[in-house]
Amino acid sequence: MALTDEQKLEAYKTMMVIRRFEEKCAELYAAGDIGGFLHLYIGQEAIALATKYALRDDDNVITAYRDHGLAIARGLPVKNLMAEMLGKATGTSKGKGGSMHLADKEKRFWGGWAIVGGHLPLAAGLALADTYRGEDRVTLALMGDGATNIGYFHESLNMAAVWKLPVVWLVENNQYGMGTAVIRASAVSDIAKKAEAYGMPCCVQVDGMDLQALVDYLEEAAIYAREGKGSFFVEALTYRYRGHSMGDPERYRPVHEVEEKKLDDPISHLGSHLIEANLATTDDLQKISDEADQEIAEAVEFAKNSPFPEPGELYTDIYADSMGEVSR
Amino acid sequence: MTETKRISYREAISEALWEEMERDENVFIMGEEVGVWGGTYAVTRGFYDHFGEKRVRDTPIAEMVIVGAATGAAMNGLRPVAEIMTINFAFLALDAMINSAGVAHYMFGGQFSVPMVVRTTTGGGRQLGATHSRSPEPVFAHFPGLTVIAPSTPADAKGLLKAAIRSNDPVLFVEHSTLYQNRDEVPVGDYVLPIGKSDVKREGSDVTIVAYSKMVEYSLAAADILSKEGISAEVIDLRTLRPLDLDPVYESFKKTNRGVVVEEATPYYNVSGEVAARVQDVCFDWMDAPVKRVNALDVPLPYSRELEQMALPNPEKIVEAVKEIV
Ligand SMILES: Cc1ncc(C[n+]2csc(CCOP(=O)(O)OP(=O)(O)O)c2C)c(N)n1
Ligand SMILES: [Mg+2]
Repeated sequence: MALTDEQKLEAYKTMMVIRRFEEKCAELYAAGDIGGFLHLYIGQEAIALATKYALRDDDNVITAYRDHGLAIARGLPVKNLMAEMLGKATGTSKGKGGSMHLADKEKRFWGGWAIVGGHLPLAAGLALADTYRGEDRVTLALMGDGATNIGYFHESLNMAAVWKLPVVWLVENNQYGMGTAVIRASAVSDIAKKAEAYGMPCCVQVDGMDLQALVDYLEEAAIYAREGKGSFFVEALTYRYRGHSMGDPERYRPVHEVEEKKLDDPISHLGSHLIEANLATTDDLQKISDEADQEIAEAVEFAKNSPFPEPGELYTDIYADSMGEVSR
Repeated sequence: MTETKRISYREAISEALWEEMERDENVFIMGEEVGVWGGTYAVTRGFYDHFGEKRVRDTPIAEMVIVGAATGAAMNGLRPVAEIMTINFAFLALDAMINSAGVAHYMFGGQFSVPMVVRTTTGGGRQLGATHSRSPEPVFAHFPGLTVIAPSTPADAKGLLKAAIRSNDPVLFVEHSTLYQNRDEVPVGDYVLPIGKSDVKREGSDVTIVAYSKMVEYSLAAADILSKEGISAEVIDLRTLRPLDLDPVYESFKKTNRGVVVEEATPYYNVSGEVAARVQDVCFDWMDAPVKRVNALDVPLPYSRELEQMALPNPEKIVEAVKEIV
């Protein structure tokens, strides 16, 4: 599906919001407002947006800890996401999840999971439940390149293939798992070839900086899954401009590599296209950028003015059922 | 009077599963050899033919995805009963249980729930060697977010499995592989027990013996021996390790002033240590003797029959422990 003009503009705006959100998070982390681990999505934004256009709103999305961009693309309110970053009661997980554990059940955004590969079997289960009930949803499971080396990956793909589960497995190959390059960790560097071992159709090394290309491949994958043919595997080639998380000494890649990759920026590409196609002027793009800044500033204000969780929250939601007075 | 019939522990579990599947379309079974084979302990024999392959799902030998996929299916509205052939293989699924199922509710601020049961078997004594004979229930009971149930009688097994399936939280349901043949009266039809209630299995006044699963059987045998020697033992079955209901234990201890905790797991970092610690905390003023513990010896279980038996608890060891403090 070719993106409409409105969709392109909307995508540009959302990608800009994601980028500004991430830049602000880095600042807040340096200032000590955000703690724990913080994995930024800068450079990978096109993938988040592609999932939005290739899927239905009621499809399932599940991902790892590098989850801010997807959460925003999925439509989770930016102010509640920022509140979660700050550990506030108004956060998407009431301040109990943090940066790595964002979710919104209503939007079928199932998290935000921080054990590498741990969410992949969950994706199989989500898809199983839908097919069990005869619903035609697709489950999109995103993962990093590093996650394709863990046992969870292989067990999950195998089960999904045996049971013909409607999952689109999408690898965001940003070339490194922390500091380890793909070729140093994976026996095959065309990661999608791993799917062939499970008899799964796959797209190898789709340009992850090209929104339209991503939408095309993901759509093909989603149609395949929705038609009941089983799982489909897509590998998107992308790059993260920032460190793995905050405080990454980045000894594993030369500075010039990062600088070169920044020239292949997904947001700049889309911006140039919008100008060439006369869909926007430079001024318009500047305005979009300013508006994104404004939205993030408001989100930060909301988050900062929100209360921290009450101490009593420590003990809520450990169990869904209340077990009365019994001491656990 | 509730109508009962005399059936085995295996039949009681099977019956609970069957009735729950008939009652609720969302309940389904998945695991290795649960379908065509009929379950390695024959608990699900006949299920595949009756309920079909959609609801009785044979899986690959892949414990991580069995529990992980059950977790995802539960989050998305189903009530999976996943079977892990024995608890020794559940180590492979430990991450899925504790880092996925066990925290899904809490970590996302209560948005998701995981109404999943993982059924498995535990216990030694069958000459299966070190890898297949462990009783590591305390490992799983360590984690908030999980519920761990380990019934000792057919009736408890039925009532608690039904409760587990209806629970909205992830439950590890541990069956003892040498209890399957035991027969006893079990209520017919819809019999559901509350999760997290210990049960006095025998009343007594001189000493409190606390146990769960197979060790309840041994403790009752020990109590028989002791009664012939004029010692009256009260036997309490924990039934659930998390949540752990110690109120009946405290109550009993305040009457007997002496206690022995019996557990098949190896002796350190476990349920018996937990119970002893809490009893001394709550019942210090009522203590006439230190709380004794009877566990397996601190060794991997060996194959050779006599050696293995030496390493495991038995009624005689329980009697000895009681006599040390009475
Ligand atoms: C099971 C497990 N092992 C190790 C880690 C620590 N860790 C967190 S992220 C990461 C790298 C993962 O790389 P990749 O899958 O490529 O994702 P990316 O960070 O590049 O998005 C590692 C090793 C973890 N969270 N979980
Ligand atoms: Mg990576």
